[in-house]
Amino acid sequence: MSQKFDAVVVGAGPAGCACGTVLAKAGLETLIVERGKFAGAKNMWGGAFYGPILYGLFPNFWEEAPVERYISRHKFSLLTKDAAFSADFTAKKFGEPPYNGFSLLRSKFDRWFASKTEQAGAVVATDLEAEGLLWEGNAVAGIKAGGDELPANVVVACDGVNSFLAEKAGLRDKISPRDIKQGVKEVIQLPRQIIEQRFNIQEEEGIAWEFIGSFTRGIPGGAYIYTNKESLSVGIVVQLDKLAQREVPANDLLEDFKRHPEVAKLLAGGQLAEYSAHMVPVGGRAMMPALYTDGMLVAGDAAGLTLTTGLLLEGANYAIESGKAAAETVIRAKKRGDFSGKSLSYYPQLLEQSFVLKDLKTFEKAPSLLDNPRFYAQYPELVCELAEKVFTSDGLPRKKLWSMLRESQRGKISFWRLLRDLLRIKRSL
Amino acid sequence: MKLSKIEDKLAVNKYDIDKERHIRIKEDICAQCETHPCTYTCPADCFKIREGHITLSYEGCLECGSCRIVCDKDGVEWAFPRAGFGICYQYG
Repeated sequence: MSQKFDAVVVGAGPAGCACGTVLAKAGLETLIVERGKFAGAKNMWGGAFYGPILYGLFPNFWEEAPVERYISRHKFSLLTKDAAFSADFTAKKFGEPPYNGFSLLRSKFDRWFASKTEQAGAVVATDLEAEGLLWEGNAVAGIKAGGDELPANVVVACDGVNSFLAEKAGLRDKISPRDIKQGVKEVIQLPRQIIEQRFNIQEEEGIAWEFIGSFTRGIPGGAYIYTNKESLSVGIVVQLDKLAQREVPANDLLEDFKRHPEVAKLLAGGQLAEYSAHMVPVGGRAMMPALYTDGMLVAGDAAGLTLTTGLLLEGANYAIESGKAAAETVIRAKKRGDFSGKSLSYYPQLLEQSFVLKDLKTFEKAPSLLDNPRFYAQYPELVCELAEKVFTSDGLPRKKLWSMLRESQRGKISFWRLLRDLLRIKRSL
Repeated sequence: MKLSKIEDKLAVNKYDIDKERHIRIKEDICAQCETHPCTYTCPADCFKIREGHITLSYEGCLECGSCRIVCDKDGVEWAFPRAGFGICYQYG
């Protein structure tokens, strides 16, 4: 093949499709290369997607995209071995367009997104793997794929957390397990009515329910349940280096989570439909690779662009926004006829101006804060024990809340450590 | 929910298994390794210790890449399977 593309985008996930859509709409010759049989075949996520970022590309996207349910209800629970303390939030607004969030499955969603990218005018080539980079001197000049050379003015690497292209271009070293959380998920089928009864939701409504607690055995991370139309996405996300140190497979933790009495009754009678796994880059700004070089940009998970704040672990919006910024950078470079690193340095400037790098800066200290094992063991225990004391009527004289708190806190954690942790939370989140 | 073992879970997934393996282990490095982090962190249980040696079955790989990352001795050569092969998520 000798046709030279304006841009070859590697990976048809949210970053690649957003990038390809913006490029094609501007009339640039754009090729997206995807190694899966179809877009989404290699991809998984937890399954809840928030924010209006996609509305900019596709207003009212929920009307045509294969969304499962809109998220009308948020729940958060602290679990000990046999107790649960929960917070439950719902607002009328969440049930009205433009919805705040949706449950989505990647295999359907990515296929839809890729088809929209094709409609915009990009070519999406599935079943095609980017095996390496083409070089002209020190500049990236395209990719090698399927035994062919595909020359391009710019290569945009949206090839996910494992980004071999970013490594090959020398933009980053092999990532460290300290910067990674491993996500392991089951899709569990249940009849629609049972889901709606169990989760107290109506037709089309959905719940996003996050959990932290003893099931991760002190390993930083948590679990979630998201309701789809006729299935549940049930998974855990845990620190990869700690799994290795503690010699415990994530599946054991997932099974502990599923066996918790509060969780088991939600899943009862369900049929496993799929078991999937993925790495999530959680190192924040500190793990970010160089974002560009001559003839190449890196976006999405490949650039480590996710946000983790404890309550929130979000990647898709950062992928989409960085894909858009990469596209705008290529469009500008084409106008100037300059695809050098100097010209492409516009890309990090755009990211600095957008929520992408602003959020990562705001929550710069969150990754190290969230390493604190007390959040996953002692604090859930403390809260559940306190709640048990408050709600137990045992014929003994009642105590004030403060003295019950002191009683529960003693032996678990020193008061000063508790105060220090609170102060760190205030500074980091 | 009766399925709890990893191999039972993998059995519900859809794969197109390539004859060519996409993961290789460097046996000389693995022989020196005392911690075997790959055996605990592979969510598909691809790495097992049998009679003191690491054995590898690449067929159930979920393509997360954890094994390559956790091996600080670079004993795992992990690449994506050839295009079209490997895991094919129906839900994701």
